[in-house]
Amino acid sequence: MLNISCPFCGEREELEFSCGGEAHIARPLAENSITDAEFADYLFLRDNTKGVFLERWRHAAGCRRWFNMVRDTVSHEIIEIYPMGELPKSKEGIAAYEACWRRDTAAEAAAKPKKSSAKPSAKKGK
Amino acid sequence: MFKSSSKKQLSGGDMRLASGGRINRDKPLTFTFDGKTYGGYEGDTLASALIANGVHLVGRSFKYHRPRGIMTAGSEEPNALIRLGEGAKIEPNIRATQIELYPNLKSESQNRWPSLNFDLGAVNSIVARMLPAAFYYKTFMWPASMWMTYEHFIRKAAGLGKAATDHNDPDRYEKTNAHTDVLVVGGGASGLMAALSAGRAGARVILADEQNEFGGWLLSESDTTLDGNAADQWIADAVAELEAMENVTMLKRTTVFGYMDHNYLTMMERVTDHLGETPKHMPRQRMWKIRAKHVVLAQGTHERPMVFGGNDRPGVMLSSAVRSYITRYGVAPGRRAVVVTNNDDAYRTALALVDAGVYLRAIVDMRPAPATPLVSEAMRRGINVYTSHALVEAEGTRHVGRAKVARINPKDGSITGDAFYLDCDLVAMSAGFTPIVNLHSQARGKLDWDDQQLCFRPSTYHEAAQCVGASNGIFDLADAMSDGAKAGADAATAAGFKADQAATPKVDAPGQDYRPLALWKVVSDANPGAGPKAFIDFQNDVTSSDIKLAVREGYHSVEHVKRYTTNGMATDQGKTSNINALGIIADELDDKIPNVGTTTFRMPYTPASFGGIAGREIKGLFDPIRATRMDQWHHDHGATFEHVGQWMRAWYYPQAGESMDDAVQREVKAARTTAGLLDASTLGKIDIRGKDAAEFLNRVYTNAWLKLPVGRCRYGLMLKDDGMVMDDGVTSRLGENHFHMTTTTGGAAGVLDWLEEWHQTEWPELEVYMTSVTEQWSVSTLSGPNAKKIMNKLGCSVPLDDDNFPFMSFKDATLAGLPVRIFRISFTGELSYEINTPARLGLALWKNIMAAGEEFGITPYGTEAMHVLRAEKGFIIVGQETDGSVTPQDLGMDWIVSKKKDDYIGKRASERASMALDNRKQLVGLVTENPKDIIPEGAHAVLDPNQPMPMEMLGQVTSSYYSPNLGKSIAMALLKGGHKMMGETVYFPMINGAAPIKATITDTAFYDPKGEKING
Repeated sequence: MLNISCPFCGEREELEFSCGGEAHIARPLAENSITDAEFADYLFLRDNTKGVFLERWRHAAGCRRWFNMVRDTVSHEIIEIYPMGELPKSKEGIAAYEACWRRDTAAEAAAKPKKSSAKPSAKKGK
Repeated sequence: MFKSSSKKQLSGGDMRLASGGRINRDKPLTFTFDGKTYGGYEGDTLASALIANGVHLVGRSFKYHRPRGIMTAGSEEPNALIRLGEGAKIEPNIRATQIELYPNLKSESQNRWPSLNFDLGAVNSIVARMLPAAFYYKTFMWPASMWMTYEHFIRKAAGLGKAATDHNDPDRYEKTNAHTDVLVVGGGASGLMAALSAGRAGARVILADEQNEFGGWLLSESDTTLDGNAADQWIADAVAELEAMENVTMLKRTTVFGYMDHNYLTMMERVTDHLGETPKHMPRQRMWKIRAKHVVLAQGTHERPMVFGGNDRPGVMLSSAVRSYITRYGVAPGRRAVVVTNNDDAYRTALALVDAGVYLRAIVDMRPAPATPLVSEAMRRGINVYTSHALVEAEGTRHVGRAKVARINPKDGSITGDAFYLDCDLVAMSAGFTPIVNLHSQARGKLDWDDQQLCFRPSTYHEAAQCVGASNGIFDLADAMSDGAKAGADAATAAGFKADQAATPKVDAPGQDYRPLALWKVVSDANPGAGPKAFIDFQNDVTSSDIKLAVREGYHSVEHVKRYTTNGMATDQGKTSNINALGIIADELDDKIPNVGTTTFRMPYTPASFGGIAGREIKGLFDPIRATRMDQWHHDHGATFEHVGQWMRAWYYPQAGESMDDAVQREVKAARTTAGLLDASTLGKIDIRGKDAAEFLNRVYTNAWLKLPVGRCRYGLMLKDDGMVMDDGVTSRLGENHFHMTTTTGGAAGVLDWLEEWHQTEWPELEVYMTSVTEQWSVSTLSGPNAKKIMNKLGCSVPLDDDNFPFMSFKDATLAGLPVRIFRISFTGELSYEINTPARLGLALWKNIMAAGEEFGITPYGTEAMHVLRAEKGFIIVGQETDGSVTPQDLGMDWIVSKKKDDYIGKRASERASMALDNRKQLVGLVTENPKDIIPEGAHAVLDPNQPMPMEMLGQVTSSYYSPNLGKSIAMALLKGGHKMMGETVYFPMINGAAPIKATITDTAFYDPKGEKING
């Protein structure tokens, strides 16, 4: 069982948390036109990484706050925990973020408003 | 030196030595085994007491039903599995070597019928040629449909003990959590040293040992002194010092059985098992869940059995176990002994046997020319030592009677001389020592092969842990103790303490060579495949031939051999068998053991009881029950209940003589003709505030929310981002920036999580706060044509006319003098008031309404009637009409989907091409041709009931009831292209051979389709 350091509550047992899956999946705005296939990248495709993985966690039985985690899925080492809306700062986390295939997808580009005047919409964990 | 054969039968046994041992001779005890009464002493294990009484045959083996005796003195015992206790306290498969004797202990042997001495299942042994490795897989694989039949008999024939038939375990079990700086597993010499180093530094230490006292193997050595004193003196001093430390927790009878990520370990403390009776104030067992900064693994070693024919006969024991029975328990395991070995350690056993007065026939040593101090000492004392000899077979029936010995070539194990026999009733065998690395391996630590000591030793660690002493492959006592002392100091230092290595006592013990002879071949004079059975895994009845056969059949990976032969599986986890099996596999493959590899040790190290794992979370405490404030009233009025999530909701209120059907029909009728009252307190309620609350709702619901006036309510549908319906409910605007959301009863927690997720991860810029207020409100829903009259009678403080208080609005008011918030919303289609009151006033309000409504025919109705009422109106229930693959359009609810909003959750997915296909399953109504026919929910529709199988199915019925208000059966169904099939006929074939039910597709609004009843 993992020992997870909630950024708001401190070290707690894994059973107080729930894992929310892959982090940094930008949500395409409905008003931006992308194809169904491009949209499927966002809606359906999830990575199942062996090694360093960026994922979202929630302190479900505690403060109910979400946060991001850089975790090695093989060793279960928790490399970094960082707030929602930010990018990883650890070397491993940055590398995993940049190497992710999502970075140059139409779905990720469509997460930004088309019109420069529109209010920017945040992305999941970014 | 045996006790003179005493007249008193129950003196502690004829094989009891006159002196010695750690038993309390002033506390004699009696116990029974298979109905016969024996005597023993406090401090005995069941195993030592049985051996003291000359009882070695204690069970039958798993597969061949061979007679089996006690082989070891510890938790690695594979044979002596006992059924312990009486009635509901019976526990099967307990190792006799771990059962501490208590007064009037009752025990039974297992896996034998009709009796232990005469077991019919032993025929398996005679037909053993037909039961090779994987016999079951090979034989019972065809036809597949018969497997269930075969399995029943296989399980009966091959198996371990029977569990108690009385399932009301009277004992209590506890669970506890602990954080510690250093967890030391094993309280032998090196473990005690580690605890001393860490404890003296002030670190929080937990020292856990599976036995009844600390000291480990030191308790079984009579030839060792520490600082000039007997070993037990040093142990007593060390334990006393540790017990005096406030920062040290000493746990005896506590087995660390699991080692998981991030130094999380589980252990089971057997608190009162050794007492026989469980005192009322104490649990039977306590499971500890430990988070340790550092772990010191001092688990010791397991001696390996020698692999020869008949090595499983009662009377054949591990050499170290023989020594332990003599020294620790004051028991001679036999009268005429043969020691067979490939290493030095068994010589210490030989000397202990001689000192105890046992007639030692000979030491049979496979090594060609051992020349160590121990060997010289044996020779000096006139012991017969046969070097370059091996034991070929231990002969006998239910006990070993003689040992067949022959000269061998130690290089290849071939027999080079004529065999001869040594009469004996005890064979003490040793094939070397295996460091116990089970926990290290559970924690994903790696191993290296030591080709001198012929064992795997820990190499690298995955967790913050250190193996020490014998479990680190360091067998010399002095070295092991300093290894432990260093690891204890290192662990405390790493945990932030200033620690010194505890000084190691001066050890005086026989000098010993820890390098056994590397010879894995089974010495045999029989033709290949024809010799007597030589066992590797005693618990699972795996022989050397099984392993060889598996390799010949192509199983070269050790993991495959393990599963094919079952070697090293089950509760034993290969404690005594793994290395012997690897040696034979390597021989067969003509390879080296490290290249063959090891299997992974699994949890638990030794079996842990389900009672301990469950703790107090059983029966009513297994899963919490949620009850409303009106719960007792429902009970008092005869309600039956149903589970809805964790809630218990009143299902219906049967009156005398009424069936469920009768009750529900009566309740449904009353709600439309007079008045009905429903306890709706369980509905999920979420308080939503903040200046962006309206914008937030606009994004999570499909319809528009920005312009909802304060004081008004609106129905909303939530989708997942894949466009599928997730939840629904009515949300009301309490203030400009304040909303009250309701959700389904079962979906409440999930919806709150969902809203939080979107707010925190997608739209953190929105200022909105969500709080669950489900349990802050009690809700009584009054519905029916007389509802307004009842409200007026109750003295409602606000006018109830439709202009002042229209449908889909709410008012804060007082009713019957109680503060209430009344929502004019309706799930029945009737004039309806959902009356919310602070939770604690719920019962008072309910009773007031019931009293006031009496003259107007008020009837309490349950969830079943609620379902029928809403189905009459064609209202959906999320989770009944939807299953995660249904869109609002499929439900015919396009009206609730905004066409103007830029975005909401699920919008883009709803626009996928596949969402517009004509053949999607769509919600329709059904009216049966025969109004009395009720289609079973889940029944599938077809166009032609006479088409050949498999029929083309259109979809399934989601809700189906008899409607008393319409006087006919109604149903809803999700049918392919259903919206374009209005008026068409479909059939529902029945599984029981009855005639298909014929029905017509209709709209879902069966009752009052124009909604004229809503204002009463």
